[in-house]
Amino acid sequence: MTTNTITKKNSVPDFLPVGKLNKFVRWESFLVIILFGVCVLNSFLSPYFLDPWNLSDATFNFTEKALIALPMALLIIAREIDISVAAIIALSSTVMGLVSELGAPLYAVVVTGIAVGGLCGLCNGLLVTKFAIPSIVVTIGTMSLFRGISYIILGDEVLKNYPDGFDFFGQGYVYWVVSFEFVTFIIFALVFYWLLHKSIFGRRTFAIGNNPDAAYYSGINVNRHKLILFVLVGLMSGVAAVLLTSRLGSTRPSIAMGWELSIITMVVLGGVSILGGSGTIGGVVLAVILMGMVTFGMGLVNIPGIVMTIIVGLMLMFVVSLPVLISMYKAKRQRQV
Amino acid sequence: MKPFLANSREGFLALVVVVMFFAIGLIAQDFVSISNIVSIFNDTSILMILALGQMLVIVTRCIDLSVAANVAFTGMLVAMTNNMYPELPVALLIALALAVGALLGAINGVFVWLLKVPSIVITLGTMSVYRGMTFLISDGNWINSHQMSAAFIDLPRAVILGIPVLGWLAILFILAAFVLLRFTEWGRNFYSAGGNPTAAFYSGVNVGKVQFYAFLVSGTLSGLCGYLWVSRFAVAYVDVANGFELQVVAACVIGGVSIMGGLGSVFGVVMGALFIGVVNNALPVIGVSPFWQMAISGAVIIAAVIANSRSGKSKGRIILRDREASQAAVAVK
Amino acid sequence: MSEGSPIFRLEGVSKLFPGVKALDQVNLNLYPGKVTALIGENGAGKSTLVKTMTGIYQPDEGQIVFDDKPIQFSSPQDSHQLGITAIHQETVLFDNLSVAENVFLGNYPRKHGLFVDWQAMFDNTQQILTSINAEIDPKANLGGLSIGQKHMVAIARALSIDAKVVVLDEPTAALSHHEIQELYDLVEQLKADGKAILFITHKFDEIFRIADYYTVFRDGRYIGEGRICDTNEESLVEMMVARRIEDTYPKQDADIGDVVLDVTSLSHPTEFDDINLTLRKGEILGVYGLVGSGRTEAMQALFGANHSVSGQIRIDGETVTINSPAEAINQGIVYVPEERQKQGIVLELPIYQNISLPQLSALSKNACVDLDDEMNLARQFGERLRVKTSSWNEQVGNLSGGNQQKVVIAKWLATNPKVIILDEPTKGIDIGSKAAVHAFMSELVQLGLSVIMVSSELPEILGMSDRILVMSEGRLVGELDRSEATPEQVVTLATGGVAA
Repeated sequence: MTTNTITKKNSVPDFLPVGKLNKFVRWESFLVIILFGVCVLNSFLSPYFLDPWNLSDATFNFTEKALIALPMALLIIAREIDISVAAIIALSSTVMGLVSELGAPLYAVVVTGIAVGGLCGLCNGLLVTKFAIPSIVVTIGTMSLFRGISYIILGDEVLKNYPDGFDFFGQGYVYWVVSFEFVTFIIFALVFYWLLHKSIFGRRTFAIGNNPDAAYYSGINVNRHKLILFVLVGLMSGVAAVLLTSRLGSTRPSIAMGWELSIITMVVLGGVSILGGSGTIGGVVLAVILMGMVTFGMGLVNIPGIVMTIIVGLMLMFVVSLPVLISMYKAKRQRQV
Repeated sequence: MKPFLANSREGFLALVVVVMFFAIGLIAQDFVSISNIVSIFNDTSILMILALGQMLVIVTRCIDLSVAANVAFTGMLVAMTNNMYPELPVALLIALALAVGALLGAINGVFVWLLKVPSIVITLGTMSVYRGMTFLISDGNWINSHQMSAAFIDLPRAVILGIPVLGWLAILFILAAFVLLRFTEWGRNFYSAGGNPTAAFYSGVNVGKVQFYAFLVSGTLSGLCGYLWVSRFAVAYVDVANGFELQVVAACVIGGVSIMGGLGSVFGVVMGALFIGVVNNALPVIGVSPFWQMAISGAVIIAAVIANSRSGKSKGRIILRDREASQAAVAVK
Repeated sequence: MSEGSPIFRLEGVSKLFPGVKALDQVNLNLYPGKVTALIGENGAGKSTLVKTMTGIYQPDEGQIVFDDKPIQFSSPQDSHQLGITAIHQETVLFDNLSVAENVFLGNYPRKHGLFVDWQAMFDNTQQILTSINAEIDPKANLGGLSIGQKHMVAIARALSIDAKVVVLDEPTAALSHHEIQELYDLVEQLKADGKAILFITHKFDEIFRIADYYTVFRDGRYIGEGRICDTNEESLVEMMVARRIEDTYPKQDADIGDVVLDVTSLSHPTEFDDINLTLRKGEILGVYGLVGSGRTEAMQALFGANHSVSGQIRIDGETVTINSPAEAINQGIVYVPEERQKQGIVLELPIYQNISLPQLSALSKNACVDLDDEMNLARQFGERLRVKTSSWNEQVGNLSGGNQQKVVIAKWLATNPKVIILDEPTKGIDIGSKAAVHAFMSELVQLGLSVIMVSSELPEILGMSDRILVMSEGRLVGELDRSEATPEQVVTLATGGVAA
């Protein structure tokens, strides 16, 4: 904090001198330590780990998910959730494949992909805000609906004709080992950092997440805010769909199956409270990189991908239980004192 | 019967299912027949049994997304056991399925009860853990029909009084669920714990424990369905029942179980499951690609929750009409 | 105590919470066939006491004596089965279940040892409801009943177990005048049946109307007890607050100017109808009505937080449309809600962020908040309301109730409003803070603001208002000037519409 710690004329200071570290700052430093440990372990396990090209390759397995984890963090802080994100990718990818088949130019394909994502997000947002239905139910429904539409369109077909240059988004490099995907992630991470921690949009998000009624009574348009958040999640799912489709070079309805789980895990692992109201983008970014490094390390020692699913699941369970375990431990100690 | 059909949601849904059934019959002549009714019911049995368990979980304000992964794991486990020890009696394998399913359900329940972790997150986690464990025990291999014993495969198919054992099991569980939920304190506790947890606590109901029981039942039924699934389709592999948890939740939501807890009936859930069953059976009959199935269940879930939210929309306080209403109430007496 | 021996006693009971001693060696005696009133300010430990008596909390010290035997409760059910039952402040019943089940939950009549006997349950419930003159269908869903009817069900529940001790925790707070009379009759009936009753209330008229004994708590400590006939209101208040409150209503005259707010036929399809009111600059307009009279709903409509409203609102002579709180705030109307923690404030956020919340846009440059401006605002208005805190970055949840209310008011004053609507501004606030809030209201109008104060406390309405509007059953039923208003008049107007 840059502001003065003690004001002169008044006995009540603006801020108390920072004695106890903020809870989330502590959580982030915990992530940093684990991340460091994983990197050290990885470099022992394999001499190839620290090779720049290998590290660059490693980023591909998390950037697309991470792009969705960023707006998802905001959505979960505002007490909502979207589990249809992977289905949005499928639908967006399918429609991109279709317009490509029809000979659409590059920019039109990309715009279509992102726009379809945005429309899906709008659809979720309208259902949640207009009908006051819990977002978990709405997005369980739209999850089958969006992917179902992909199945109706494609059946068991695969689309793979894309305009020239489309492969750049998921496979190209901006400079040396720095991929276009990674640069996109860094830029959006900065944007969402600004949005959540600097802008008034972020302030309102925290207010809504902690007490939606009080936020409404303070003049915040809660429904519009939530609608924007759902659209943001949809748009970013569209962006992820562009990158993923470009990287794979094909579209099928089963694309990105089960991603919602890893994305929500990234967000929760990053210290965002699943009950809403607190969390940081920094934590989410660290969690994303941590998960990427663990996956990468397991790849180095030839552990199959589905084992990673188990580990992700266990991590999720552990992380959400941790605060409760800590408070139980504290209560126990207090009783003994 | 008439006001019942017209007034209650469940009654209306039953009406929709029946009308839909006969409407499809107009298009496809063979559709309306006793044997097809039995066949649809039989096809829907596993969904109904799972949905009954899921209903308990949702009534107590939780959700269990791990049911399909539980089905896959227990299914694989009993299929492999049967493959390795074909001489073991099927009853023992069923007991194994029930026990393993119960254990997996209990894991969810313990997290929710003792650690107070949101059920959606825990079951999202166990969903991938259980599915991953299925891969680990099977090494990704399939167990096909020729690797299963005849008794293992035949049991759910055996026909008694015109209905296969699978269908009878569903009927048994429907009746058991009705009696338990209506006529035992253990069953009533699900509704009180889900309807108003604070009041339930004040009335001496241990809400966390009730939620644990819900997960335990859901897990046990999933375990049984694990056996039923692999024996019915005579194959076990990692992706068995992938995504089926959504159909199970859909059956509950369509059947009028409130996601906010406290509300839900056995009849409604059965009708919700039958609705999905009739749609799934009808698609090929009326010449629609089965790829439509997923989108239709999605659309129906959304339509059902919109209908629910409308009917339950905050009635607000009717201050102006208070007096007239209370006078009317007295007049009725 | 002289006559009879108590059936239920607390001896030196303490209850600790992290950092707080909620109950500190308190005593309590309840006598069969008598009503004991428990008196104390908010925070005196009354609700902790109820929870300790009913087995929700376990005491850390001291003992509970029932029928001359020391007892221990490990769960709410233990106390319920002994015949100790409480009708809690907020009715803790089940909207999704039938009336009969609400009465017998946890104590179902059985058939064959295992099965719930629904017929017996319906019959018994009907019997109990008839005995207390409540015309409620045992099979009906509880969710469809009125608040008063729900109270009757709660009482039926207490009677279903042949209770020996009945705790009534502020039972009249949400009842209409008519329903309160019925409740008093019922208490008499319970007394006649020999039940020991603990009656917790804020209202002194109630204490003198129905109680036989009193016990006073202050700050979690036992202060004293005695017979009602040996005491008077003044000495009870003195025991409650340990000091005499000379003037709780420091109404000072302010210059009353032109009409600021003019509302014509404000109506809602089900909640209120044809509300007309004018508010002048520097005026305190009191709105009195029982709970459920539509007063809160009408005020929320003025603030844009209630939908499907028709009618005309003029501010400084200009017609305005208000469809959301944001629009109301822009027009200079702000609202301090009755449910402070739920609607007024974000407990998890620091004071300065709460104060700046309604005007983030105004305080921001390039969509970012300017922390210095924000802090200045918080400091300026926080100091003016004399919020007691260690820093402006303190979480509001760590402040006392009175200081939280000050933060809500500071938040609204910072928006520079014309009209400030205070809905039950002193509800749940101790007497000391009450006086501070009242003094501040006087200060506000002297600065040229206009205040609408909704309250169901007669002394507050009569003491603070320049003019009094009375609402009943969603309609405005009377307007009285400060000089002509008497308590009798106001109550008669407010309850006149009730079918007796």
